[in-house]
Amino acid sequence: MSVLVVVECDGGEVKKSSLEVASYGSQVAQMLGTTATAVAVGEATEANLAKLGEQGITKVLHDAEPRLKDFVNGAYTKLIAAAAQKEDAKIIVLANSNIGASVGSRLSIRLQASIATNVVELPKTDGGSFTVKRGAFSGKAFADVKLDGDRKIIAVKKNSIEALHEAGKTAQVEAFSAQLSDADFADAPKQVVMQDQAGGILLPEADLVVSGGRGMKGPENWNLIEDLAKALGAATACSKPVSDVDWRPHHEHVGQTGITVSPNLYIACGISGAIQHLAGVNSSKVIVVINKDPEAPFFKAADYGIVGDVFDVLPKLTQAVKELN
Amino acid sequence: MKFLVCISNVPDTTTKITFTPDNKEFNKAGVQFVINPWDEYALTRAIELKEAQGAGTVTVLNVGEADTEPNIRKALAIGADDAIRVNAHPKDAFFVAQQIASIAKDGGYDVILMGKESIDYNGFQVHGMVGELLGIPTVAPAMKLDMSGNTATLEREIEGGKEIVEVNTPFVASCQQPMCEPRIPNMRGIMTARTKPLKVVEPTADAARTEVAAFALPPQKQGVKLIPAESAGELIKLLRNEAKVI
Repeated sequence: MSVLVVVECDGGEVKKSSLEVASYGSQVAQMLGTTATAVAVGEATEANLAKLGEQGITKVLHDAEPRLKDFVNGAYTKLIAAAAQKEDAKIIVLANSNIGASVGSRLSIRLQASIATNVVELPKTDGGSFTVKRGAFSGKAFADVKLDGDRKIIAVKKNSIEALHEAGKTAQVEAFSAQLSDADFADAPKQVVMQDQAGGILLPEADLVVSGGRGMKGPENWNLIEDLAKALGAATACSKPVSDVDWRPHHEHVGQTGITVSPNLYIACGISGAIQHLAGVNSSKVIVVINKDPEAPFFKAADYGIVGDVFDVLPKLTQAVKELN
Repeated sequence: MKFLVCISNVPDTTTKITFTPDNKEFNKAGVQFVINPWDEYALTRAIELKEAQGAGTVTVLNVGEADTEPNIRKALAIGADDAIRVNAHPKDAFFVAQQIASIAKDGGYDVILMGKESIDYNGFQVHGMVGELLGIPTVAPAMKLDMSGNTATLEREIEGGKEIVEVNTPFVASCQQPMCEPRIPNMRGIMTARTKPLKVVEPTADAARTEVAAFALPPQKQGVKLIPAESAGELIKLLRNEAKVI
């Protein structure tokens, strides 16, 4: 019996969210008196996989099949299921990403496991029950969910768990083959198109986010958002009305029907704070609101606020960050 | 081509969330329920594709009790041809997926569409479970869907980009923006929806694998600390020294 952690890799590196997932999995293993093994998906180097020891992983299974570089639902599901069988894993932990949720839901049927996605805390195992806390109602609430059965799958929300760093510890990397056939790659992508990201920082993975709303007046003013984001090393985002009128692309839309983010810092510029927008950001650790309307509802959800014109305030903030650095 | 579109009945997006006194259930009192916004993309795109092909059917499926019927009728008013309601409280994603798979297996549907998740439970699970139960491909979350004969071309969102995926029918896709512009029903649609068939069936299985022990609201914020606009730079110092986030 062990805990199996699914780590997603990109360009040879383990994704930040997967470092959190590995830390979560190793802590669950410790709670249950067992060890945590990882199975790697995506393009991974052996040296980076070995470093998962710093997150408490003892062993990493790595299938070097080159077609696993891009996400292929059929192949990933078979690979992870085979790793789970090999390790007799009773708990499988993944990231609550598009890949994690897509594979996790198929795996739950294949392995006859219960599943919880959007999980934000380590499980509670009181009195024989196994309960996890997950986000619900688009971030407006939490649910404690009891997972039944012998096998359980947990998809961990990004930025919910702090990644462990036990310097110098290494994991043993073991070659693993899930005996994948051509049929397993039937749903492989024909083409992968990457979008331009401000500063190369992906919004769902970002620790810091600078976001603009209709108060920015037009797309021509977005340089103010981008300048602050660049100075901070933050990702950029926007509210729904902004993406609806094509000032910014859809993949930057944060909110109930867009991307849900939970960064350490969310700076909302010229966003009034409709309930649907708040739903997408209210699990951010610190929220800063800049708005010239002191009655903007977003101030009620903010930790810090500036009542002022974004066109005056943003350059001052950017300058202050540059001076601090 | 036969489309099956799965819809959930969810609280309106502006709803203030509260729970029953035992915190086990969402408090429905006085709440307006709507078709899950993500499902509206699935519904509209299915109708558009059927219209483009000039043939086929769009069947709406909901797992829910009788109080979901106004929104099923709304889906019919938007342009679906008929509807099925599985008469059951949707216990969890696994329970719902079993009902959908059971209906789909018997109905011979070519394309099964749904929203990427419901805005109440946010599971993002049902599509994958249905695909696995039926042994057919799943594409999630899909931002674009085009059909040519029995082959579908989809754009799937990935972190930092998108993938172009081709699958043959039958398949399951979960949908999100910017797939289409969701339609609102017109008067003619509302009138004809009243006479379209809505079949009620009993659930085929009652197993669930998860149970909500309790719901809770997030902790209240301590209150905003305001910084004068003229000394905005002070905020950056506070974020570093006090909040320790930069």
